[in-house]
Amino acid sequence: MNTPATPAIGTRKIHPADTTFRLSLHAAGAVVVIVLLSILAIMFMGGKLAFDTFGLGFIWGTEWNPVTQIYGALPAITGTLVTAILALCIAWPIGFGIAFFLTETCPEKLRTPLGVAIELLAAVPSIVYGMWGFFVLAPFMSEYVQPWLTSTFIWIPPIGDSFFWFTAPPIGVGMLTAALILAVMILPFIAATTRDVLLSTPQLLKDGAYAMGATRWEALTGVVIPAVRGSLFGAVFLGLGRALGETMAVVFVIGNAIRMPDSLMAPSATIASVVANNFPEAEPGTLDLAVLLALGFILFVVSFGVLAVARFLLRQERMS
Amino acid sequence: MVAAMTTDTQQPAARTPRTTPMAAPTVTATNATAKPTRIRLEHINAFYGQKQALFDVNLDIPDNTVTAFIGASGCGKSTLLRCLNRMNDTIPSARVEGAIRMDGTDINSPEIDPVQVRTRIGMVFQKPNPFPMSIYDNIAYGPRTHKLYGSKADLDELVEKSLRRAALWDEVKDRLNKSGLGLSGGQQQRLVIARTLAVSPAVILMDEPCSALDPIATAHIEALIDQLREHTCIVIVTHSMAQAARVSQRTAFFHMGKLIESGPTDQIFTMPKLDQTQDYITGRFG
Amino acid sequence: MKQLTAATRARYFRRQLVDRVMGGLCIAAAGVGLILLALILWMLFSNGLAGLTLDTFTKPMSQPGSGGGLANAIIGSLLQVGVGAMIGAPLGMMVGVYLSEVGKESRFASIVRFVNDILLSAPSVLIGLFVYQIAVLPFGGFSGVAGSIALALIAMPIVARTTEDILRLVPQAYRDGAIALGSRENEVVRKVVLPAAFGGILTGILLAVARIAGETAPLLFTSLGNDIWSTDMTQPMASLPMAIVRYSNTPYPEWVSLAWTGAMLITVGVLVLNIASRFSYAAVAGKQGG
Repeated sequence: MNTPATPAIGTRKIHPADTTFRLSLHAAGAVVVIVLLSILAIMFMGGKLAFDTFGLGFIWGTEWNPVTQIYGALPAITGTLVTAILALCIAWPIGFGIAFFLTETCPEKLRTPLGVAIELLAAVPSIVYGMWGFFVLAPFMSEYVQPWLTSTFIWIPPIGDSFFWFTAPPIGVGMLTAALILAVMILPFIAATTRDVLLSTPQLLKDGAYAMGATRWEALTGVVIPAVRGSLFGAVFLGLGRALGETMAVVFVIGNAIRMPDSLMAPSATIASVVANNFPEAEPGTLDLAVLLALGFILFVVSFGVLAVARFLLRQERMS
Repeated sequence: MVAAMTTDTQQPAARTPRTTPMAAPTVTATNATAKPTRIRLEHINAFYGQKQALFDVNLDIPDNTVTAFIGASGCGKSTLLRCLNRMNDTIPSARVEGAIRMDGTDINSPEIDPVQVRTRIGMVFQKPNPFPMSIYDNIAYGPRTHKLYGSKADLDELVEKSLRRAALWDEVKDRLNKSGLGLSGGQQQRLVIARTLAVSPAVILMDEPCSALDPIATAHIEALIDQLREHTCIVIVTHSMAQAARVSQRTAFFHMGKLIESGPTDQIFTMPKLDQTQDYITGRFG
Repeated sequence: MKQLTAATRARYFRRQLVDRVMGGLCIAAAGVGLILLALILWMLFSNGLAGLTLDTFTKPMSQPGSGGGLANAIIGSLLQVGVGAMIGAPLGMMVGVYLSEVGKESRFASIVRFVNDILLSAPSVLIGLFVYQIAVLPFGGFSGVAGSIALALIAMPIVARTTEDILRLVPQAYRDGAIALGSRENEVVRKVVLPAAFGGILTGILLAVARIAGETAPLLFTSLGNDIWSTDMTQPMASLPMAIVRYSNTPYPEWVSLAWTGAMLITVGVLVLNIASRFSYAAVAGKQGG
């Protein structure tokens, strides 16, 4: 029995193809980090003139006057937060209801088509929602909803003498309409993510609850929700992140008035809408543009925080 | 498990000269002539993180022979198999000490290129793992990677030869362009063996190659293993004592990371030197 | 059953009631949500189809009253999205491969993964502003290239995320098989892992294209829009979303009608891409199982 002569096994050398492969992949990973850091740096540097001029007071300055060149970010920040949080308050219960319906009570045959429909709607571009808001929802609001809201809730006492809740001229566009549009826009998104979270609960867990004689609702609130609480909050924060940074759906319907709102229905502005609207008039090198970049910096920091919380909550669940 | 514990403690006292069991070639009963050693393991210690998986294993693996590694789950036999072609290099926490000499070269040395070791030492896994591509491309993968052919005709010939050697040619020759995933489990495993044969390895490692197969497919693979022995050195890890007895000429018995006993298969199965081996072979073992 | 006290029965009844009421509310929520969304789509298609003519595809934008179309905006969108995807998709794939095959749980990979997730949902208006600062201001003006860069930056994290998720589904046995045949790391990935995951990666790319096709805010800061025919990527370039913005805020009914048509075209394109991505994914899932 002859053993074929085996050529000697080579010693390890750094193989050029592997080195190139690893280096290029690391470089791609680095690009991701560099992009994020550059966005932060570019926004900050571009907005430096605004921070230098107004100091930290920029953040809580309530005046916005291009003529006198006095800019404060508080109206835009307020508009951003109020519309986003209002939108979430409207969208979350409905989105959660849809998710619960899809995972538990929906007839088997409808589950897949409805689920796909929801996911497809989450992909509809936001400008479509903006147009619908502008041409359909805003006139409807001004004609029917706003007068009714004003007459129904006139008894709610105002905050100080500057904020009157639902008492406002019914012009259709404003924070409430923007919040509604945002709510409709993030609704499919929240429904889809919440459904995925609910589906990730092991059936055993639910069976355990049913075996104890729990009703479906009790199984949900007593067993399922506690088990996936982190992910559910993660989904909410993701939705909030979307609402905070949304531009086109808001630009169409918020009224673009950069002042402190005097009611929930008042025309207002969000950071994103201010940036998009005022950009065409902002000449390079001027304070006007610096202010927009500074606003962008603030929005980025806020979004970063919200999204970081969302990812932390979602990843945590995935690990365990 | 109680039996295992007690025999284990008896072992060192019972047989002391067992540190290098295969130092001198033993003449086997079945094969009149002993085959030359292909791979020599010297003081192999393996670790996964803090946990030691192998303790000072010394063993000679002869050429043109089927060597079976047997022992209970977690005894280290698969770990040792993965040492032989440096598969443990792919596990970040794994560390292997000691020398693995093949034709005089220590292939476990950090200077040696593990990629080249693996082209010489092929491996067949527990679950058949054909790539999600055509039967032809599965076989051609290795030759293409290592540029082992001149023309397209060469490659066609190599593919056919490999499939024939794996006793699969007649079953697949009409559907070489169909996905390898469409074959039955037994065919898939022979496809994987053919894929390994296509790079003409000197050694083939098999990690429980029949554990996912039915008895008929198992019989096919076992017959194939016996044929392959003519040109290669084969090491097979198996859970089945009967399989070890059927296909192997030499057997090594492992327990808790230690090589307990090794020798000609019929000797290990009929008159093992150690009670512990006897207990395992006869099923009195935990 | 006689032993059931009145109190027990009352509690049982109350529990059932809560279950029914909450279940009913959920169905109502689903109904409200679906009706709203159906309403939006219905408005979109009824208004969009009304303005759809052959001119929409053959004539560029024009003055009101002279019957223009959206041809230049459609071409502009295709060009910018195409180039954006050609930059963003390979980059994203490389990031995904890095995370799944090389970086894994290393410290740097964890940072990249986290940052990628942030970029994935970062406000796109900021991406636009960022690209304005780095690719418009220094090079003297708005351009299609800048638009493509912005879209690429939006596509990259999407592709990266889906690629990583898909590659993690590729069985380790494929990698082991290739390694045991003496493949180098780059060969394992290029010849076995990536082909095995091809359909899934394609899904990710299609989803990313669908997403950037509808993006408006970033283009506002980069390619700006253009009323005339232009395929010169170094010049301002028209796009469907920007045409919609420009046309909807006008008093001319025919422009508004074209805006609806444009919105419908984008939506149809996006939905078709989404559905196609489902098919490509299903095809692969089927192949893996077979």
